[in-house]
Amino acid sequence: MAALSVAEPTKKSKNLNVVEEYEKTNPKKSASFVVIGHVDHGKSTLMGRLLFDLKVVDQRTLDKLRKEADAIGKSSFALAWVMDETKEERARGVTVDFATNYFETDATKFTILDAPGHRDFIPNMIAGASQADFAVLVIDSSTNSFESGLKGQTKEHALLVRSMGVQQLIIAINKMDLAEWAEDRFTEIQQQMSAFLVAAGFQAQNITFVPLAGLTGENVVNPVPKDKAAWYTGPTLVSALDGARATTRAMEKPLRLSINDIFRGGVINPLSISGRIDQGTLQAGDAIVAQPAGETASIKRIEVASQEVDWAVAGQIVILHLTDIDPIHLRHGDIVCHLSSPITTITEFNAKVLAFEHLLPGFVDVHRGPLHVSGKIKGLVATLDKSSGEIAKKKPRIVQPGQVARVSVEMEKGMSLEEGMRIVLRSEGRTIGAGLLE
Amino acid sequence: MRLIRSAIDRRRGEGSCTLLPSEPEDMWHIYNLVRPGDNLRADTIRKVAKESNAGGETDAGSRKQIQRAHITLTITVKSTDFDPASSKLRVSGQCSVENEYVELGQHHTIELETEKQFTLEKVDGWDSIALDTIREACKPERSAELWAIVMQDGLANICVVTPYQTLVKQKVEVSIPKKRIGGVDQHEKALGKFHGVVLSTMLRHLDLTLTPPPPLLIASPGHYAQGFFKYMQETAKTTSNKPLIAFLPSVVVTHSSTGQVSALNTALNSPAMKNKLRDAKYATESKLMDDFQTGLRLDNGKAWYGPEEVTLAVEKGGVGRGGGVLMVSNSLFRSNDIEERRRWVALVDRVRDVEGGEVRILSSLHESGKRLEGLGGVGAILTFPMPGLDEEIEEAKVAAKVGTETGGEGEGDVGLIIN
Ligand SMILES: Nc1nc2c(ncn2[C@@H]2O[C@H](COP(=O)(O)OP(=O)(O)O)[C@@H](O)[C@H]2O)c(=O)[nH]1
Ligand SMILES: [Mg+2]
Repeated sequence: MAALSVAEPTKKSKNLNVVEEYEKTNPKKSASFVVIGHVDHGKSTLMGRLLFDLKVVDQRTLDKLRKEADAIGKSSFALAWVMDETKEERARGVTVDFATNYFETDATKFTILDAPGHRDFIPNMIAGASQADFAVLVIDSSTNSFESGLKGQTKEHALLVRSMGVQQLIIAINKMDLAEWAEDRFTEIQQQMSAFLVAAGFQAQNITFVPLAGLTGENVVNPVPKDKAAWYTGPTLVSALDGARATTRAMEKPLRLSINDIFRGGVINPLSISGRIDQGTLQAGDAIVAQPAGETASIKRIEVASQEVDWAVAGQIVILHLTDIDPIHLRHGDIVCHLSSPITTITEFNAKVLAFEHLLPGFVDVHRGPLHVSGKIKGLVATLDKSSGEIAKKKPRIVQPGQVARVSVEMEKGMSLEEGMRIVLRSEGRTIGAGLLE
Repeated sequence: MRLIRSAIDRRRGEGSCTLLPSEPEDMWHIYNLVRPGDNLRADTIRKVAKESNAGGETDAGSRKQIQRAHITLTITVKSTDFDPASSKLRVSGQCSVENEYVELGQHHTIELETEKQFTLEKVDGWDSIALDTIREACKPERSAELWAIVMQDGLANICVVTPYQTLVKQKVEVSIPKKRIGGVDQHEKALGKFHGVVLSTMLRHLDLTLTPPPPLLIASPGHYAQGFFKYMQETAKTTSNKPLIAFLPSVVVTHSSTGQVSALNTALNSPAMKNKLRDAKYATESKLMDDFQTGLRLDNGKAWYGPEEVTLAVEKGGVGRGGGVLMVSNSLFRSNDIEERRRWVALVDRVRDVEGGEVRILSSLHESGKRLEGLGGVGAILTFPMPGLDEEIEEAKVAAKVGTETGGEGEGDVGLIIN
């Protein structure tokens, strides 16, 4: 490790047993959720509202956004602009990349991942969802919007997060102001969605429906006034969020962190990365390697939710300030590991996938978290029985939507993947399948 | 390409011809023509050793002087290596006609390129595919070109599309930091820099002064393409770049699903593009593949892919008059296995001449051809359904080798996929 002792003294690792530290400190529950759903159904506005009502965003900031939004004739997007910060997003009124933000309730520290709904940006949605413990699916309840969302990304997003491992869903039935808080409409959407979600493999007890209005704020943090919707006695969005179960964290496994962002963390931190620790733990001073390039670096400092910390564990989304590395060797989607247990890089694999659409041999983009690589389905190995996993038919000519199949995939260049990782297959802008690497 | 001299006996397929390639596209045709076993005669350079006392580069320890001799050599082809980017074809083989410098059987590599004449003899005969290739390549008009940039955030592929090839001239990748709470400066700055890199790379690879200017397609998901085009327009004005300003009307901005080259397909078929194109060979080809894949999805027994299935379908008379279409990737005709090559030529001849069906040969350097290659290189649209074709083949196989492993390797937990 001679290469690591350069000019600036590398921070010494305290050699903590991070798992023990974690158990000792018994930290407050933390959870991250991805906000998904069809474009324009009000995801960003809802998150802006949530942060404003919880006073994470102050009145002055919102007033400023209101003024700027008014100025370009996009007044109704002021709350969404809390999340949609780029010029492009504001000019067009569409989220392009997922936005990360934080808030805390008495019980939980939350990380918001506000995903884009537009079909063109599903790769970014997948990147966001890969960092989440659970999901909030936003559905516009107004006339025809729910229906057109079903043909659009409402179902696709729900299926995607399910096949990426998300088990808990909060369904925010949004824009209830436009639906005049009609119980019928709420029930209609609830029934249709329940049927679909259960068929898609969600368990009914893991789905919570909340009627709300992000723009005006009813049932987000503050309950809807009784005179508007006496029929509703369930939780607000915030209490539904608090009710989400903590997910288990694979702390004992080797470190795996997918790099979502590479940036300049400031004058003293010329190179920083961020991403979620998928498994394992890390601490300041650790020597790491970014795969597939195999570049080593050392962790100078760690931030979690804008706070500096000494260590972090699986499930946390962290910023790592690095030293002893050249930025040109890092790429979005690389996997950070400890030197002792680097992940393998492969160019071919077999995967067991659920077909969203017809599967044929041919081009696919293979998505794993923030990374996507061009490749092709080389062969359809077999269709599998859904319940037993036994081979139903070898070498099918085509796999029908809804079937489970084993496919062999070859990629244009090496990708860091290992058994059990979740991948999504997309082609010509459509999700055609998702599943597990074998 | 020009046919300088032809001595091919059309009936028996024997003989040789002399060709002069003139444009890069011709080299692709020649790559498809020259196969192992052929005799190739062309001018070439060979390092030869000569007894001499004069100075110059000397071979270690000997009195021999190494000279570069310009000679005309005939070789029997062993292998070929085509570089689409430089349009050069390297042909390796063994000297087959003795001469002053090279002994019979010695190895030599001839580099073929545009404006360099050569003679090709096919010992085992010229087949219909090879003859078609020459006819196609020797059409007088210059093949129409189209330029394309497919892009997304931080990725751009600068491509040249000709009737037979899609060449990625340069791939541009720039790491763009994401937006973070209260901070989009790094993101916006990197995006601006990305535009700059794409434009300067484009100007290096595309000659804007060609007349008439080829259309340039800029395609992306979202609005990256519009953003880049706007940058291009502004830069043209602020830098008073006359050729670029004059070129702007040739630009078409459209949508693509991703920034990968494989997304070019749908972008090329966009209505905006169709109006711009006279020769849209690749567009018809990719439309054909789209239709074919739609047919496969319908699963009505009228669309089949894979060598065995398609061969059987032809044998059973399913690919004939009244809508039968055979699609073959030209990579199959480049097989080094002569029997394999003959098999596909025979199938093509049969469909065209005996069955009366339509034959489409797709270039493996286009996305449509690559898609077909993914399906085993051949596909067919039948005139009537043959639903049990695959089972028939399986049964034949099982019958052929009884006792081979058939057991299932069924295991594992499908539930995991969605748990
Ligand atoms: N009336 C009404 N409009 C809403 C509500 N929530 C969002 N909107 C509007 O819906 C549009 C799209 O919102 P946005 O948050 O950008 O949607 P996203 O694409 O899902 O993030 C904006 O014009 C919002 O003002 C709501 O609860 N009621
Ligand atoms: Mg949004």
